[in-house]
Amino acid sequence: MRLAGGRIIDPAHGIDGQVRDLYVRDGRIVEAPPDGPDAQTIDVTGRIVMAGAIDLHTHIGGGKVNLARMLLPEDHRASGYERTALTRSSCGHATPGTLAAGYRYAEMGYTACFEPAMLPINARQTHLELADTPIVDKGCYALLGNDDFFLRMLATGEPQARINDYAAWILDCTQAIAIKVVNPGGISAFKFNQRRLDIDEAHVHYRVTPRQVLRTLARAVHELGVPHPLHVHGCNLGVPGNVDTTLATIDAAEGLPIHLTHVQFHSYGTEGDRKFSSAAARIAEAINAHANVSADVGQIMFGQTVTASGDSMMQYHNAELGSPRKSVIMDIECDAGCGVVPFRYRDQSFVNALQWAIGLEIFLSVRDPWRIFLTTDHPNGAPFTSYPHLIRLLTDRAFRSDMFQKIDPDARAASTLGSLTREYSLYEIAIMTRAGPARTLGLSDRGHLGAGAAADITVYRDEADRERMFAAPQYVFKDGELVVRDGRLVAVPAGGRVHAVKPQYDRSIETAVADYFERYQTTSASAFRISADELCECGSGLLVHECRGKPR
Amino acid sequence: MVARLDRGQPGPAAVATRTCPFCGLLCEDVVVDAAAAGAVAVRARGCELSRAGFGRQSAPGLDTPLVAGSVATLEQAAQAAAHILREAWQPLIAGLATDVAGMRAAVELADGCGAVVDHATSAAKFRNVLAFQDRGAITTTLAEVRNRADLLVVIGTDIVSRFPRFFERIAAPGGTLFGLKDSERRSIFVGARPPPDAPGRADWLACQRSDLPDLLGALAALAAGARLDATRVGEVPIDRLRELASAMQAARYGVIVWAAADLDFAHAELSVQAIGRTLTALSRTTRFCGLPLGGSEADLTAGAVLLWQVGLPFRTSFASDRPVYDPYLFDARRLLARREADALVWISTLSDLPLPPEATAPPKPPLILVAGANASAARRADVYFPVATPGVDHGGHLVRTDRVLTMHLSAARGSELSSCAHALRAISRELRRC
Repeated sequence: MRLAGGRIIDPAHGIDGQVRDLYVRDGRIVEAPPDGPDAQTIDVTGRIVMAGAIDLHTHIGGGKVNLARMLLPEDHRASGYERTALTRSSCGHATPGTLAAGYRYAEMGYTACFEPAMLPINARQTHLELADTPIVDKGCYALLGNDDFFLRMLATGEPQARINDYAAWILDCTQAIAIKVVNPGGISAFKFNQRRLDIDEAHVHYRVTPRQVLRTLARAVHELGVPHPLHVHGCNLGVPGNVDTTLATIDAAEGLPIHLTHVQFHSYGTEGDRKFSSAAARIAEAINAHANVSADVGQIMFGQTVTASGDSMMQYHNAELGSPRKSVIMDIECDAGCGVVPFRYRDQSFVNALQWAIGLEIFLSVRDPWRIFLTTDHPNGAPFTSYPHLIRLLTDRAFRSDMFQKIDPDARAASTLGSLTREYSLYEIAIMTRAGPARTLGLSDRGHLGAGAAADITVYRDEADRERMFAAPQYVFKDGELVVRDGRLVAVPAGGRVHAVKPQYDRSIETAVADYFERYQTTSASAFRISADELCECGSGLLVHECRGKPR
Repeated sequence: MVARLDRGQPGPAAVATRTCPFCGLLCEDVVVDAAAAGAVAVRARGCELSRAGFGRQSAPGLDTPLVAGSVATLEQAAQAAAHILREAWQPLIAGLATDVAGMRAAVELADGCGAVVDHATSAAKFRNVLAFQDRGAITTTLAEVRNRADLLVVIGTDIVSRFPRFFERIAAPGGTLFGLKDSERRSIFVGARPPPDAPGRADWLACQRSDLPDLLGALAALAAGARLDATRVGEVPIDRLRELASAMQAARYGVIVWAAADLDFAHAELSVQAIGRTLTALSRTTRFCGLPLGGSEADLTAGAVLLWQVGLPFRTSFASDRPVYDPYLFDARRLLARREADALVWISTLSDLPLPPEATAPPKPPLILVAGANASAARRADVYFPVATPGVDHGGHLVRTDRVLTMHLSAARGSELSSCAHALRAISRELRRC
């Protein structure tokens, strides 16, 4: 197949708008034009051609997402997905069913989505859900740092190498691609009735601090050669003044790579009459100054959504702010926890309006687009369906200014957003949504359009209204198959792949873990493990990416 | 001694350790013996439910489908079933006691024929669902209970009648992670009498089941610090309730346990709400969580699949082009009683679930039975698919009682029976053909 005459935007190869033909054979992009007489040509003259988009942080599967679905039938009543000859019916706005999520992601030109908070003990359900999310590829980040096996190791001073083995064993057993930590040690502390845990505060039982947890896990991920840095949801989520915690979190990494997720929720100061202010400038400055740090924003958008997080400690506090006023708080299996709280972000609320502005301030103030990623922390800041609107806010200053005029005036007065003139280019958008995520996750054959890459390709009309442009691409190809034409599905390949990493580890850790499971857990270590064959039985293929050699 | 190594390996083995699918606990250490004739016997670590379940589901029975009582091929049966579903104004797919693969196929079929879906145990399940959708929940899981719980308050159930090995599963004779000893645990049974194997000290606060709603309301009020003028609730003196509330406030990690199936009285969802209010009040000062026990007959499994694929719980209709959920309108028994459903697909792969009585009263709707090889309604069904049992005849996935663990089951014996998923997909294929 030949995609002829498109303007290629492929930041992984430094290509910005060059008119060039793309060739696809057997699901891959190929170099040499296969000029057979029957080669199909699709004319995309004047169109923008990018790799399929990659969402590196979106809560689309697993226990807490299903709890959120159960909690909010009202969310689903208003938002149905119709059955067609091609698609099944499904529904949901903030927490769509897996079918609706897969369909909608593909329609928006996304070809891979990463579930960032897979509880290891809940991994099997997560993979079953992801297998039922059609069209797109998937991957999961395994949660560590609140599980009692890890905290015991840390508290008793086990060597780093042993902890690395454990982290690698978890990645292996749960078929994950990265490690995430949520409120380091705090979810566990909450089970001991500790209600807050700041970065240098000791866990009431284990006497370890979040700083130790962060440093140890960041080192484990680095030493194992896992491509994606430790994915960090820090302490004090959503608390005014948490900017200091976030800066201390960067400090705790001691120069090792870390990724600060939904950093907007961690960029709050305490200035002003209401003791709530934007600390976006300080956060952006810190990210700019630390080449080892990357972040995704977790932009909020106004409207109804639901927050679903592993952070049971902070979500317990947030439950009082929820709307509608109902919530789920769960302690989970000496492994982690979760908290689900519906939120309605209002543009006339000072706090919500300022949260919105803070997210955009961060986007516009971080200089290196390779280290900042476009997310709403779906569904916590907003459903992923708001990405086209967010892209317009970033690329269109006049539009942004109009929106800024509509928010609560006190929030407007407290924000520097009006003075930020930057407009993201399509090249930078392609970095944030394709090349950047692929590079940080170690997906060597995704996120770019070079020869050998999977033919995950999105073709857009170059419309002045970037929201319209990104909401309904003209063509989307998944592994070379046309799946979307003019924003509508034309094929629904099932399954997709699960992307994972398999760092080397010393198998003797399995004896220790098996003994621990036998003594304290309510399942066995062998039942906990998900094999590649089982993943297949769940409905997904496995694609293992390389780790770097151990730097030790 | 049985080698632990065979655990989780697919395929049959003569004597093997297998996960038992016959209650929500999904105990993974049950030793079974598959004889040459196909009968599966529990050799060790069984309970009455597992012994009965493996025996019943492996007994010889029909292995070919029936159409109007006559032997048919799978294809003929699928054609007959598709014909019934195509002719029906409002098909109903119920029972739904099946594993993840079976439920995936059931949802696809429901979407394909515009059916309503509801589970056999929904009457009990919705006591929890309605309360959950109204206010949410604070819950915990088995390993947290095992390692942390110093107080269990058990409401209206002895637990073990439905979950025989519950106390064995949460007991920690070798010690817990945090130093709590089994002898230090306390459990207070409100209503049902404590079973002998409850660890530590077990107390009984006896009351009539009919008094539970008032009693739970009063307990919620006391936990929230309200002053009550009443001197008794039912036959229970208020001081006993005050003692209970004080004990709960003094617990370090308390758990309220209930089984919705045992809260068998009108508007029990209000009592589950009262439990939720109690937990919210106690959580202000200590840690106290709920543990609503379920999972039997795969209700949590089938519910989870429907929820994640479609976004909605049981009692969802696919009759229009978008799924619609209504916990009252789409109650299977109501639809059958009111003759609003005119075809029934009854799925029962883990036991011989009785048909809803409303389905058997004349003029009864056409019945497509997808059930074990010994289903008692086999000969009465218009179409009967004898199907395999997950965890006996084939591997599969089931969700455990606390909703967090999904267990991967293996076959306990070799079997030629079709899986539920296979039969339902055959019907879907026939439906699409026309």
